Amino acid sequence: MTREEIIEKGQVVYKKPTLLNDTPMHYCPGCSHGVVHKLVSEVIEEMGMTDKTIAISPVGCAVFAYKYIDVDWQEAAHGRAPALASATKRLWPDRLVFTYQGDGDLACIGTAETIHALNRAENITIIFINNAIYGMTGGQMAPTTLLGMKTATCPYGREVSLHGYPLKITELAASLDGTCYVTRQSVHTVAAINRAKRAIRKAFEYSMQGKGSNLVEIVSTCNSGWKMSPEKANKWMEENMFDFYHLGDLKDKGAEK
Amino acid sequence: MADQEITLMKGNEAIAHAAIRCGCDGYFGYPITPQSEVLETLAAEKPWETTGMVVLQAESEVSSINMVYGGACTGKKVMTSSSSPGVSLMQEGISYMAGAELPALIVNVMRGGPGLGTIQPSQSDYFQACKGGGHGDYHLIVLAPASVQEMADFVDLAFTLAFRYRNPAMILADGAIGQMMEKVVLPPFKPRRTEEEIIKECPWATTGRVGMRQPNIITSLELRSEEMEIINNRIQAKYRKIEETEVRYEEFMLDDAEYAIVAFGSAARIAKKSIEVARAQGIKVGLLRPITLWPFPTKEVCKLAGQVKGILSLEINAGQMVEDIRLAVEGRIPVQHFGRLGGIIPDPDEVVDALKRLF
Amino acid sequence: MTEEIIIAGFGGQGVLSMGKILAYAGLMEGKEVTWMPAYGPEQRGGTANVTVIVSDDPVSSPILSSYDTAIVLNQPSLEKFEPKVKPGGTIIYDGYGINEPPTRKDIEIYRIDAMDAAAEMNLIKTFNMIVLGGLLKIHPVVKIESVLAALRKTLPERHHHLIPKNEEAIRKGMEIIVKQ
Repeated sequence: MTREEIIEKGQVVYKKPTLLNDTPMHYCPGCSHGVVHKLVSEVIEEMGMTDKTIAISPVGCAVFAYKYIDVDWQEAAHGRAPALASATKRLWPDRLVFTYQGDGDLACIGTAETIHALNRAENITIIFINNAIYGMTGGQMAPTTLLGMKTATCPYGREVSLHGYPLKITELAASLDGTCYVTRQSVHTVAAINRAKRAIRKAFEYSMQGKGSNLVEIVSTCNSGWKMSPEKANKWMEENMFDFYHLGDLKDKGAEK
Repeated sequence: MADQEITLMKGNEAIAHAAIRCGCDGYFGYPITPQSEVLETLAAEKPWETTGMVVLQAESEVSSINMVYGGACTGKKVMTSSSSPGVSLMQEGISYMAGAELPALIVNVMRGGPGLGTIQPSQSDYFQACKGGGHGDYHLIVLAPASVQEMADFVDLAFTLAFRYRNPAMILADGAIGQMMEKVVLPPFKPRRTEEEIIKECPWATTGRVGMRQPNIITSLELRSEEMEIINNRIQAKYRKIEETEVRYEEFMLDDAEYAIVAFGSAARIAKKSIEVARAQGIKVGLLRPITLWPFPTKEVCKLAGQVKGILSLEINAGQMVEDIRLAVEGRIPVQHFGRLGGIIPDPDEVVDALKRLF
Repeated sequence: MTEEIIIAGFGGQGVLSMGKILAYAGLMEGKEVTWMPAYGPEQRGGTANVTVIVSDDPVSSPILSSYDTAIVLNQPSLEKFEPKVKPGGTIIYDGYGINEPPTRKDIEIYRIDAMDAAAEMNLIKTFNMIVLGGLLKIHPVVKIESVLAALRKTLPERHHHLIPKNEEAIRKGMEIIVKQ
C-alpha cells in the first residue's frame, strides 16, 4: 500500500504533524525534545493557530527549535525568552505566544525573567524541559541537578555544601498570583505523552483566554549528558527524578469557577 | 492636546511625549536616575488608553532590552530608556538586536561612571555608544541632542533611521539635557501603524504566519562560519552606506574661525557660550557639533583641519570623541581635549581658559 | 535682553518650583527660557539650586560661570554664589536664612524678609512667591500677569483656588524688598 492509499482508506493511526518539517533534528537519539516538539506542533495545528503563533526559542539544546517547527520564531538571548514573550504578547494580544526553554536557561540565568513574566500574569505559556543538566554545553551542573548526581562540573556528585540544593522552580511558579496553570509532566510512556499533550493544549488555551501565565514542565531525560542508554535514562528518571520532581498539576486556576 | 503645542518641559518628559506622538507601539523600561521621568511621564499620560501604546515597567534593564528585542522582532516601533549603568546591563540585548538587524530605539541619559558612579551628568558613554558596546562587530546609529527640542525631535528621527536600515538607534543624551526644562514645540500626532501596515512594511517580522506564508525566523545565530561571514559582510556594507548617507552636524561661527571646538550634546551648548566669551577677547573660534556621533562627521572634521590651527574636543569625559577627531585630521593640526569628570559640567570660562592654555 | 539667574536655598523652600514658574512666565511672553536644576538628593533637604535664563534670543549654555542675579535663601548658598555674581549684578537674600549678609561693593544687594512675612501671613508655602515678587520688583523680567497665567497653567486644577494667595504673596514681596 502506498502512503496515499493508506490515507485514502482512513487507516492512518499515526502521523507526523505537518508543522514539524523534514529538517533532520540535531537532538541525540532518545532525547525528550523531539517528542515535545511533536506535541507542541500538534497542539498548534489542532487549535488552528498556525498563522497566529509566535514562538521564542532559548539558548540551550532547543536553540534550533526554530528549524523544526514551522511557525514564526524569535531566538532569544540566554534566559531572556520570557521578556521577549511578554512584549510580543502585549503588542500582539491575539497571537499565541509561548517560550520553549530548558532548565539552565529558565531556572538559572533567566530566573528573574521567568518569575517576573509569570507573576505579571502575561498571557503566555512557558514550555520547560527539565533534564537536570546543561545538555548543549556538554553536561554541566544545572540548577535542577539532583543531589548526588554527577555532571562535568560536579564530577563527584552534587553536594549541598558545595553546590546548594536543586531548585524546584515549578513549585515556586505555582505560588505566584500571576500564574494560571502550572503542571509537571513527562513524556516517557505513551500515557505520559498523552497527558503532556493535554497539558500543553490547556496552557495554550488559557493563554488565549487571557487567564494569566502558564508553565508546563516536562521532566526529561538527557541520556548523552547522563551517560546512559535511552532506555536506562528513562528508568533512571522514573526512579530518581520523579521522587524529587513530582508529576501532576500543581495549580489550575482556569478550572476554578 | 493641540497638535503644535508649545510648552515648558524637561528633556526626559519631551522624550515620553514625542514617543506617544510619533506612533510608538511600546516602551519597556526600568527606573534609574537621571532618566526616570521618561517612564513616569508615560505612566501618567496613559497612552494605552489613547494611542494604544504599551508601557511596561520591567524587572531590570536586562529584561527591558529583551522586551524591546521581542517587540522589535514583530515589526513594532519599540523603545527603552535608561542611564549609564542600566545601559551597560543592556549591552547583551543591543548586540543581539544589531546581529538580528532589528529596528528599535534606546535612549541613554548619561551619568558619570565608572561603576555606580554619580547621578550627575556626563558624556562618558561615547565609546560604549559609538564603538559597539556589546560583543561583535556592530554599530548603533547614535544621535546626540543638545536641547529639549531635539530630545523631542530625535525620537521620530531615530525610529525613521532605525527602520530605514533595520538597525537599533540610540539617543545619547546626558543628565543635564534630561533634567533641564526648555521651551519645546511637540511634534504633531502620527497614528500608530495598523497591523496590516506593519505586515506590509516589515515582511521579515515575526507576526505569525499571516496568510500561511513561510515562517519568519529572527535570530543572530549561525554556526557555519562561511555563512556568518556573509552575514557580517552584509551588515558592514549597510554600515558603510549609513556612513555615506546619514552624517548630521551643525556649524556655528566657523566661517572666520582660527580654532574650532568640536562638542556634542550639552557640551556643545557650553561651547557656544565659550565662543561668545572668547570672541569678545579677540579669539576667533567656532564650533562643529556632531549630531550623529555614529556615523561621525569624519569628512567635515577632516576639512576643518585645512582651515583652523587647532581643534579642542570639549567633552564631559576623560577624552573619548577626541580619538575620532584625531583619526579624522590625520595628524595635520593639534587636537586637544578638555573635559571635567565625576559629574561636573565645565563652565564656559573654564573652556576659554583651556583654549588659551592648550593652544 | 538676557537675564541669567541662580536661585539657591534649602530643599523644600520651593527653589525649583519658583524657578519653574519664572521660566514658564517667560515662555508665555514668547521668550526663550532654560531651567537647569542641580538635581539629585538635594531635593530632599540639602541645598538646592536652579539656573533660570530668560532671554529674547536662543539660550546657549544652560551652565554658567557667572550670573546677573543670585537669589540666595541660606548661608551656604550665599557663600557659594556671591563670588559668581557679575560686577554690577544683583544679590537678593532672605533675612531669616542669612546671618552674615553679602559684603561685595560692586553689586546691588537687596534683602527680603520673606520667611518672616510668610509666617506673619500664615502662608508659609507661599514663601517662594514672596521672594519672586521681590525679584520682579527690582528686575521686571516678566509681568506679574504672566506669572499668574503660568500658575494657572502649571498648578493642578484642584489648587487653582490658591492662586489669589500666591498673587497676594507676590505683591507682599514687591512691598518688602529693601536695598541694603
